[in-house]
Amino acid sequence: MALLEVRNVSKSFGAIHAVNDISWSVEPGEVVGLMGDNGAGKSTLVKLIAGNFPPTDGEVLVDGEVCHFHKPIQARAKGIEVVYQDLALADNLTAAQNVFLGRELNKGFWPFRVLNKQAMVDRSAKLFDELKSETRPRDLVRKMSGGQRQAVAIARTRLSNAKLVLMDEPTAAISVRQVAEVLELIRRLKHQGVAVILISHRMPDVFAVSDRIIVMRRGTKVADKATTSTSPEEITGLITGAIRAA
Amino acid sequence: MQHDLVKAADPGHAAISDVAENKEQTFAARVFASQPFWVTIALIALVVIMAINEPSFGTVENAANVTRNFAPIGIMAMGMTVVIITGGIDLSVGSVMGLVAIVAGLFLTWHYPWYLAFAMGMIAGIACGAVNGFFVAYVGMPSFVVTLGMLSIARSLAVVFSANQMLYQFGPDAPIVRAIGQAKWPLRAPAGWAPQWMPELSSHFWVMVGLALIVGYVFNSKAWGRHLFAIGGNEQAARLTGVPVDWIKFQAYVFSAFTASLASLLLLGYNGSAINAMGQGYELRVIAATVIGGANLMGGAGTAFGAFIGSAFLEVIRNALLMAGIDSNWQGAFVGAFIILAVLLGMQTGGKAIVAAILERLLPKKHR
Repeated sequence: MALLEVRNVSKSFGAIHAVNDISWSVEPGEVVGLMGDNGAGKSTLVKLIAGNFPPTDGEVLVDGEVCHFHKPIQARAKGIEVVYQDLALADNLTAAQNVFLGRELNKGFWPFRVLNKQAMVDRSAKLFDELKSETRPRDLVRKMSGGQRQAVAIARTRLSNAKLVLMDEPTAAISVRQVAEVLELIRRLKHQGVAVILISHRMPDVFAVSDRIIVMRRGTKVADKATTSTSPEEITGLITGAIRAA
Repeated sequence: MQHDLVKAADPGHAAISDVAENKEQTFAARVFASQPFWVTIALIALVVIMAINEPSFGTVENAANVTRNFAPIGIMAMGMTVVIITGGIDLSVGSVMGLVAIVAGLFLTWHYPWYLAFAMGMIAGIACGAVNGFFVAYVGMPSFVVTLGMLSIARSLAVVFSANQMLYQFGPDAPIVRAIGQAKWPLRAPAGWAPQWMPELSSHFWVMVGLALIVGYVFNSKAWGRHLFAIGGNEQAARLTGVPVDWIKFQAYVFSAFTASLASLLLLGYNGSAINAMGQGYELRVIAATVIGGANLMGGAGTAFGAFIGSAFLEVIRNALLMAGIDSNWQGAFVGAFIILAVLLGMQTGGKAIVAAILERLLPKKHR
């Protein structure tokens, strides 16, 4: 059974049809590249899955169960986590503090219920270790490289044992070395059986990690191909419309 | 694949930390980098210099006096720090003091018991904070505008309620009210046990110390404190991770008003009278103390100790200038210069860069 299934989903904002009758699915441990030009409807589709708003038509199924999310927190309860483009990190806090933000571990009894800092640091260190990232839990996020920030944002998704992680442009605006780091993080997630939906404009990155590539154009799905059976040229053609559909 | 390529091109396998210079900070390094630490050093230096040069400065009487004088500012600086950490500001604290004093004073003049009067004053103050918090957190208005409005409203209400009269005929509970505001501990002989060298510290000071300990505890050990810093650092991120941002911001303004009410009631007791002008201009002194203590007006940084030390520093400068016989009209200039200097030196990179640039100009060692 598919981990996530999108069935004939449409979303319109007034007269604008942002997403038009799209169907696809994601299996556990699969990395799916979602590509398309600006305004192709990628973001709307991602927001539908992440629970920012429900679809106008159609259904989103998680583990075969129909879900209608109105808030991101509902999607998270179902094991769907989002790594936002700006990463949603507070850079005045440390890595461990960010990983546990909003779900801090406590110890003791009220009113002396205090943060269990050591446990949070240890758990974060373990998560970074699992991700093979050289990020230290006590470092301030402000002083981190782009790759390390990604690791913090991804470690946050591991905390709740998410089944599906949506990543919005994780490799935009970071250095070559950091891109390699982030792609390695995605492989780590896949290795642990987590499905990843990678939204990106960067062709080489998508080809490096994805099992399948979905191309959207003007709100519709124009291609859904195994990465091995396509080429960057074909995908470029599909995105621009030079190739109508595949 | 790409990862392997990068590694192949980099046979040394330099760890990220070697390249990026982000070594984990030691405790000492963190202390040296903190603004409150340097303000404390400056404060100690100032006290030592003054104590040596001015005999009347180093007396226990003056110590008791100074600690009592800055305590109300310090108490309110705790509340202000909480608000400033969230990235807001509370300009209404001075006016809230005035309103609280008048409301409590009115109930006392109507011969209600002191606890009822204090409770009514507290309710009036907290109501102001709740209005601030509602408009800032739930309506989303800028805190500067909302609290500026409250500054005007609370002061005006204080004037109206008091009919522009000073209130001092406090009825049967007047001695209790005065005892609260004028209490001291520890007492010297014959009433107490304290030795001659120990200052008799006022109740204001002890309230501030207690409050500072509580606030410090909350900042360091409570999820609520952690969330405050997260809101100041990246409000959107805090929201997305499920932090109840609006509720916490609302509470921050209520807490700030609570501290203003506390300070007001202590001063009311100390003076034995209530005037509607109480706390006029205090908001700026409180903000100055908070900022000197290292709170960042952009949000996300601040400490209870910083609020304490900042307010102590301001009062000691004022007192020192007075003792040194400098015309009191110069106080503003000195205090203002110290605000700018403290923040300049506290800036993580900018301050040091500016200082370095100035030194470079003044002492050109070599031509490039």
